[in-house]
Amino acid sequence: MIHPIPPGTRDVLPDEMRELRKLLSDLIEVFEAKGYGQVATPALEYDEVLTRGRGRGDNSAYRFFDEGGELLALRSEMTVPIARLVATRYANAEPPLRFCYTAAAFRAVSPQRGQMREFLQAGVELIGAPVAEGTVEVIEVLEAALDAAGLDQAVIGLGDADLHRDLLAELGLEEEEIGSVLKRLAAHDLVGLEAALAAAGVAEERVGASLELVKLRGGEDVLERAREHGAAAVVQAVDRLQGIGEALRSRPGGHRVQFDLGLMRDLGYYNGAIVEVYDPAVGQVLGGGGRYDGLMRRFGLGFSAAGFALSLEQVEAARLGERRREAGE
Amino acid sequence: MSPPLKLAVPRGALFTETLDVLDGAGVDTAELRGDSRSLIFEASGLTLVTMRPSDVPTYVESGAADVGITGKDVLLEQSDRVVYELLDLGFGRCRMVLAARTGNDRLAEAQRRLGMMRIATKYPRIAERYFESTGRQVELVEVKGSVELAPLVGLGDGIVDLVATGRTLAENELEVREEIVECTARFVANRVSHKLRSAEIDDLTARLREASGG
Repeated sequence: MIHPIPPGTRDVLPDEMRELRKLLSDLIEVFEAKGYGQVATPALEYDEVLTRGRGRGDNSAYRFFDEGGELLALRSEMTVPIARLVATRYANAEPPLRFCYTAAAFRAVSPQRGQMREFLQAGVELIGAPVAEGTVEVIEVLEAALDAAGLDQAVIGLGDADLHRDLLAELGLEEEEIGSVLKRLAAHDLVGLEAALAAAGVAEERVGASLELVKLRGGEDVLERAREHGAAAVVQAVDRLQGIGEALRSRPGGHRVQFDLGLMRDLGYYNGAIVEVYDPAVGQVLGGGGRYDGLMRRFGLGFSAAGFALSLEQVEAARLGERRREAGE
Repeated sequence: MSPPLKLAVPRGALFTETLDVLDGAGVDTAELRGDSRSLIFEASGLTLVTMRPSDVPTYVESGAADVGITGKDVLLEQSDRVVYELLDLGFGRCRMVLAARTGNDRLAEAQRRLGMMRIATKYPRIAERYFESTGRQVELVEVKGSVELAPLVGLGDGIVDLVATGRTLAENELEVREEIVECTARFVANRVSHKLRSAEIDDLTARLREASGG
């Protein structure tokens, strides 16, 4: 007798559970060793709390009323719940605060696309550390996590979330035009980006320079090439990225980092450094994160904050993929 | 050592011009032009995978192909697929239009009297977005084959379809009422490949830009 489960959910059987448990405990061990204490928060929150963190029009896919008529929602990630937890339980604590988690989160899926409605994340949040040091620390922890997960070939793309907004403002675009240009960039539509810049009245050679800029990704040399762009916003972003690069080099970390001047995360709450994780064995992004000072302000805290989350299903897929590639399949 | 870059090549209407542009970019396509039934070819350091244009975003999004060429109409219809759109190749130019029977008032009449038009199309998502953005109610009828047939036999008041020369429309006594968007062939890349194989992809993009006169 078959009793179906909803698309995008799954059962885990003992063989896989053993591997998953090992992966989870390896990651938590890395996080704890770096001073990140593990926390758990409820899968269900008041919808108002999650909406406060994520901004309007970015609602949880699963909302319902409880027996008292309160609107509840299933969390779609862990950063907002942890910001809520810090505001409630650690408002008077001495920063910096370090937390880590492994938790299920929930999102809407397209039918038959293999996307998980309920998915497992592992990550850290560093709250209240000085901006530059905090970013470097989070990248170091991410590198250690990828090492622990056995992903030898994974790469961390490092970009700057303020770069493009600042640059467009410097080019004299109105707020509305900036929004439409950034939308193209977030959708990875470089053809549309060119058209949107031209439509906003940006001079042809500036359009060309901006398109060259978003294509820059690679080692330190791309930062030097980005400097040639000349705009103050670009120089500032390159200074920030170079600072992070140098700080990473002076420590054991940094060997996985690739600078990316075109990086743009979809979420509205990032500012400053942003990261994304790639592995050549899978076509999807494994995870990402960055700096989100504005989010903490929405919960009434003046802390800066940074963190990352890895999708454990994608990490598992990448592990399998790397093993297959090594076996020469 | 990474395997060769996999390029998804669209068969069908864009096939010949795609091969011409690839030739211009220094990719030898002689084997693809033959009558081989193979779907996969090795040429000039690339693996060329041939497929229907509408499958290209699927293969590229998943990483089964690193890069690909397909029509903007396909990308718009499958806008939920996350791929990098790197280059407008300029060929395969055509228009997505709303068309109805020549000299017939039925489309406007339906809108006026019923507040609702019935539209046959192979592009339900493009059509849906277009009518929603212009504030009109429609019933969309998705068909797989010749859409021109629908208004002739009364399946709909009009059609949303791709038009290159307009000859098929004219032969079926249909005329363009509204233009929705112009479409050309695009060069797209997988999100992860674009980051991890940047030198190879940038090089191919530059050669294709040159070859397509962009």
